[in-house]
Amino acid sequence: METLLKISDLHIYYGSIQALKGISLDVKKSEIVSVLGANGAGKSTLLRAISGLVPVHKGEILFREKTLKRRESYKIVIDGISHVPEGRHVFATLSVEENLNLGAFNRRGNQKLVSERKERAYDLFPILKQRKDQLAGTLSGGEQQMLAIGRGLMSDPELLLLDEPSLGLAPLLVKQIFKIIKEINERGIAILLVEQNARKALAISNRAYVLETGNVTISGSSSKLKDDKKVQEAYLGGTALKKQKNHFLLKSNI
Amino acid sequence: MSLVIEQLLNGLTIGSFYALIALGYSMVYGVMKLINFAHGDLFALGSYLGYTLLVMGTAYVTSILGIWGGMIAAMLVAAIGSGVMGLLVERIAYRPIYPTGRLPAVVSALGVSIFLQNAIMVVWGARPQAYTSDVIPSNILTIGGLRINILQIIILFLSFLLMGILYYIIQKTTFGAAIRACALDRETAALMGININLIIFFIFALGPALGGTAGVMVGVYYRRISFIMGWNYGLKAFTATILGGIGNIPGAMIGGLILGVLEMLGSTYISTPYKDVFVFLVLILVLIFRPRGILGEKVAEKV
Repeated sequence: METLLKISDLHIYYGSIQALKGISLDVKKSEIVSVLGANGAGKSTLLRAISGLVPVHKGEILFREKTLKRRESYKIVIDGISHVPEGRHVFATLSVEENLNLGAFNRRGNQKLVSERKERAYDLFPILKQRKDQLAGTLSGGEQQMLAIGRGLMSDPELLLLDEPSLGLAPLLVKQIFKIIKEINERGIAILLVEQNARKALAISNRAYVLETGNVTISGSSSKLKDDKKVQEAYLGGTALKKQKNHFLLKSNI
Repeated sequence: MSLVIEQLLNGLTIGSFYALIALGYSMVYGVMKLINFAHGDLFALGSYLGYTLLVMGTAYVTSILGIWGGMIAAMLVAAIGSGVMGLLVERIAYRPIYPTGRLPAVVSALGVSIFLQNAIMVVWGARPQAYTSDVIPSNILTIGGLRINILQIIILFLSFLLMGILYYIIQKTTFGAAIRACALDRETAALMGININLIIFFIFALGPALGGTAGVMVGVYYRRISFIMGWNYGLKAFTATILGGIGNIPGAMIGGLILGVLEMLGSTYISTPYKDVFVFLVLILVLIFRPRGILGEKVAEKV
């Protein structure tokens, strides 16, 4: 299958701290790829590098064989990558509809197209249609996440970057969000999904990468990773509890 | 009774000057979190540019365009001149030092203010200049005991028209939503495909353009202009911005109008020399009881 996004040997620094230490990763057309890892492993940094929010120190990011290095964020959106940031970041004092309109900012001249895309977003998230004149800041956490994803789809991307879409949501909503991610993917949009909820992420993705302190330690098909002992231990519960206990014991010894 | 109405009208006229200038402060602060202290002097520059066109080229300009046409032309020239200068100021004095933080930019803004003030003095002289009455005559209408200057009506009409257009752009169009989005969260705005530099260009051109237009209005209304006028009007307009809620566009308009009316009523009914005291007293009260200004209310963002 055609490769959409290809990252090779990516190095990112925040000041003198190295956040990514030579990561290689690719996303093929119509694929869901998960990136798993603990807090601070560099998952968000990876997405931020792709969408041009942090500068690339070394390595290469290719989208449809064109480099995204030193490309401005707003142009990357126009290229066909949409980034739904961690913590939703909806524009709180703008209405739901205005938030959606902004998602298609560079198509603002074409009212018909924007309306069509808005209808598509409302189909996916009917609650947003009911709330369209409400200020985004007054929505619940789950509704804000839906708005953030809906807004991300307004630019009609080929690749959707999702950063922790299930963060802080009730279990029932988490289930719904993952179902919708799958639905979006079935429309032919490739998804690069950063998640802490590894079980759910592996359940819907084709392939996955595990990030640890800026390195890819394990990668492969999701089904393979689900059975991987190390992944089970660290990210799928497994013996994680025991490990944590040991960790505390160690700490108290010190 | 007619005195009250006349004074209210006078207050609204001055208030619309403040409001037009305040819009520039508010837009720039909203997006850049920078108080553009040079803004008052860009207003003064507009006033002088209009003066140059109208007074120095009186015979020529008014013979072609008529008196009111000449006034509109002066406003256009002032708007363009101040707008271009606003862009230059952003480019030269602010953009290179954004990465160093907000405080250096404020100091730079103060520097630009002093520079512009002195540049105006060097070009047009230290003595006050006058928009002479042969340029813009004052026609006083008397309607049922009410004395109204036609100029006032024109000024009010034009400034409300400009404010209405700006309000429409900012509040009703997607481009305006993009400006508000940049003010809230620039990074996320970029992820929407919004070119921040386009927004910065827009606010630094349009804010001073409105200020420059107000500069011509002040000239034709009061006649007398001086190179330090930017300081006084700038301060009042800045107060209006705070009063209405800084960063809030309708707030800047309402703040300006309220300030003008307060100043006028205070000077008529209490004491003229103390008119500024009322203005700033109200500001202090608003800051104590409603620190975000009249419309500066924020919806809590749920995370």
